[in-house]
Amino acid sequence: MAQLQEAAVKQITAICDRYKGETTPLMMILSDIQKEYGYIPLEVQELVSAKTGISVAEIYGVVTFYSFFSLTPKGKYVIGCCLGTACYVKGAQQVIDKFSEILKIKPGQTTEDGLFTLDALRCIGACGIAPAVQINGKVYPKMAVNDVPKLIEEYKGGANG
Amino acid sequence: MSKINIKIEGIPFEVEEGMTILEAARECGFEIPSLCAYNHGECSKASCRVCLVEATGARGLVASCVYPVANGMEITISSPKATAARRTSVELLLSNHNKNCQQCDKNGKCELLHVAKLTGARDDMYVGEKTETTVDMLTPSIKRDTSKCVLCGRCIERCKNAHGLGILGFEKRGFKTIVAPAENRSFANSPCILCGQCVSVCPTGALMEVSDIDKIDAAMKAGKYVVVQTAPAVRAAIGEEFDMPIGTLATGKMVAALKRLGFKKVFDTNFGADLTIMEEATELLSRITEGGVLPMITSCSPGWINYCEYNYPDMIPHLSSCKSPHEMFGAILKSYYAEKNGIDPKDMFVVSVMPCTAKKYERQRPELANKDGLADVDAVITTRELGKLIKRSGIMFTKLPDEEFDNDIVGDYTGAGVIFGVTGGVMEAALRTAAYKLTGKELKKVELNDVRGFEGIKEATYEFAGKTVKVAVAHGMKYAKVLLDQIRAGKSEYQFIEIMGCPGGCIAGGGQPYVKPCFLPNEGPDILDTYKEKRAKALYAEDESRKERCSHNNPQIIALYKDYLGEPNSHKAHELLHTTYNEHREKFN
Repeated sequence: MAQLQEAAVKQITAICDRYKGETTPLMMILSDIQKEYGYIPLEVQELVSAKTGISVAEIYGVVTFYSFFSLTPKGKYVIGCCLGTACYVKGAQQVIDKFSEILKIKPGQTTEDGLFTLDALRCIGACGIAPAVQINGKVYPKMAVNDVPKLIEEYKGGANG
Repeated sequence: MSKINIKIEGIPFEVEEGMTILEAARECGFEIPSLCAYNHGECSKASCRVCLVEATGARGLVASCVYPVANGMEITISSPKATAARRTSVELLLSNHNKNCQQCDKNGKCELLHVAKLTGARDDMYVGEKTETTVDMLTPSIKRDTSKCVLCGRCIERCKNAHGLGILGFEKRGFKTIVAPAENRSFANSPCILCGQCVSVCPTGALMEVSDIDKIDAAMKAGKYVVVQTAPAVRAAIGEEFDMPIGTLATGKMVAALKRLGFKKVFDTNFGADLTIMEEATELLSRITEGGVLPMITSCSPGWINYCEYNYPDMIPHLSSCKSPHEMFGAILKSYYAEKNGIDPKDMFVVSVMPCTAKKYERQRPELANKDGLADVDAVITTRELGKLIKRSGIMFTKLPDEEFDNDIVGDYTGAGVIFGVTGGVMEAALRTAAYKLTGKELKKVELNDVRGFEGIKEATYEFAGKTVKVAVAHGMKYAKVLLDQIRAGKSEYQFIEIMGCPGGCIAGGGQPYVKPCFLPNEGPDILDTYKEKRAKALYAEDESRKERCSHNNPQIIALYKDYLGEPNSHKAHELLHTTYNEHREKFN
C-alpha cells in the first residue's frame, strides 16, 4: 500500500478534526476531502477510518455510492453531463457520447494529459435548461451535440481556465 | 409496554405494543415466510420484500419485519394478493442468483431455497442481466461468492456487532451493488480476522468456509497415517447436524463416527488443552515472579491472534507464547507419539475438527511447523464439515453407540480441557492449575463462577497463598478492544486476560452448525438467545463428569513431561509447544 505524503496526512487530519463533535461526520469529511484534496483514494479512506472509527469498507461504500466522490484524481476541467430524466429526454445521452468520442474517454475517466474528466451526473436541478452541462461549476444550458467540439477547443485553448 | 389488540387472519390476539408484525405473528403462532427469520436486528433494511402482508391502516402491502403493529390492526398473511407478492419478491431475488443449488455447499441450510419452496417461486420468471460476480477463495478459511448474495447485510452487521470491525460493506449502487471488503478485495488482503461469524449468519452460500475434506481424502488415498483430533466445542454441537436438540452432548457418538471414517486414531484436543494449561500457567507464574510483561493474554483463539497482529501489534509482548491446543497436540503427535510408535512423522497426517474457520488459516502459519518445515496440523475441518463427512459415508449418527477416544499414551483429558470451548474456560482451567502451583494444594471448589457466563467482559480477583491475581475475560473483539486500550494507556489492573475471538467462545464459533430458526422447528422462539448457554451447559456437564478436573492431574501429561519434555517451559517444551507472532501484518496489502 502506497503511503501518503506527510503534507497529505496533515491536510486530511485537519479536515477530520473540523467535524470532531459531529455524530455523523462522514459525508462532510468526504465532501471536504473531495473539494480540497481532489479525490479520495483508499489510503485517504484508511486515514479517515483511523480518525473517525468508521470502517474502511463503510467509507468505501459511501465513496462508491455517490457519483460526486472520486477514487482517482480528476482532470483540470471536470465536465459533468446531466443524465437526469429531463436532460435525458432532451438528448443528453448524445451529448455525453459526443464528449466521450472526442476526448476518447468513458464517463468516469480522465484524459491522459490530465486536462479533462468526463462525469455522468444525476439530476443537477436545472431541468428548465435541459440538456445541461457543467464544467468546473459553470453551467452550459441547452447543450447541442454540434456545439461540443467548439466547447472542448475553448477549454483546450485555456480561454475559460 | 402496554398491550394492544390486533387480528391475524380474522382471529383476535393481544400483543405487546411496539412489536413488528413479524414478531407479533410469531407470538400468535404464525410464521410469515421471510428471509430474515429471527435475525436479531442484523438486517433491518426491509429490502428483500419477502415478508409482505396485508395490514389495515397501511398503504399497500407492508414488510412485516419492520412494520409495527397498531391497535385494531387486521393482518392478512394468506390473501391471494399477499401470497402472490411474496412469491414475486422471491422470484426477483432468484433472477439475480446463481442457481447451481445442487453444487452449493449451503444446500439444506439455505434460507433462500427455503423461502423459494414456501412461496412456491417459479423458475426463471424474470430472466435478464446479472450483477458481475466476484469469487474470493484466496484465504484458506472463508470463500465469498457474490453470485449467491442477496444483499441482506447480516454479515456486515455481525462483523460490527461482534468485533466492531466492519470488514464487509455495501459497495457501489443500484444493480451493481455488492457486499465486499473495501475495494472488493479478498479477505486475504484486508484486515479480516477470519473468525467466520459472517459465515454463520449468511442466509445463502455467498459466504462459506473453504473445505479441507478433499485434503483428507487425498491423504487417506495416499496411505498416510491419518489421525484426527476434535476440539472441545465440537461435541456440544455436532448432534445438531443430525437434528439432535441444541445442547446435546454427543462425545461418544462423535468418537464412534470418526472411528468409522477410517482415521487410524481418534484423539481429543482436550489433551492439548491440558498441555496448554501446564505451559501457560507456568508462563504466567514466571512472568509474575520474574517481572515479565503483564497482563499476559491467552493465545488459543486464532481469530483473536489475527486481530491483535493487525490492530494491536504493540500488544504482542503481552500474548502468551503458547501454541493453541490443537497445534500443541499436533506437534506432540509428530514427535513424542511418532517416536514411541515407530511412525515417520512425514507419513503422519493430522486432522483437526474445529468449531472455527480461523483455525484453517492458523494451521498454515509458517511459525507453526517444526524445524524441518513439517506443519503441526495438516487439515482443519469445521464441525459442519464433519457433519457432511459423516452423512456422505452413510453413517447413521443418532443410532451409533457411545465409544471412547483413543488414549494409549496421549489423548486422556481432564475437565479443565473440556471447558476451553466456552468463554472463561481457559481462564478457569488455568486458575485451577495456577492455584495448585502457588499453594501446593488443590482448590476445594474447582468451579470458578465469576469467569463463567456471557457478559462481554468478566473480571475477578483471586488470592492464592497471599498472592492476589486479578483477571479479566473478554469475547468478541469489541470487548477485547476495551481491555487492550486499558493496557495501552497503562491503566490495566490485571495480571491475566483471556480473549476469545467469537462472542461466547468456541461453542459459538464460525465453524459451528448453523442456528437458523427456520430449520429448527422444535426449538423455542428464543433459541438465538439461548443456544450458547445450552451448548456451554453441555461442556460444563462433561467437566463435572470427569474424574480429574485439573490439567496438572492428567496422568498422561505427567508422563509426557517425565519421559520427554522435562518440565513445563523447558527448552524442549519451548521448541515444540511455543510460537512467535507477526508484528508486520499490513491491513491492506
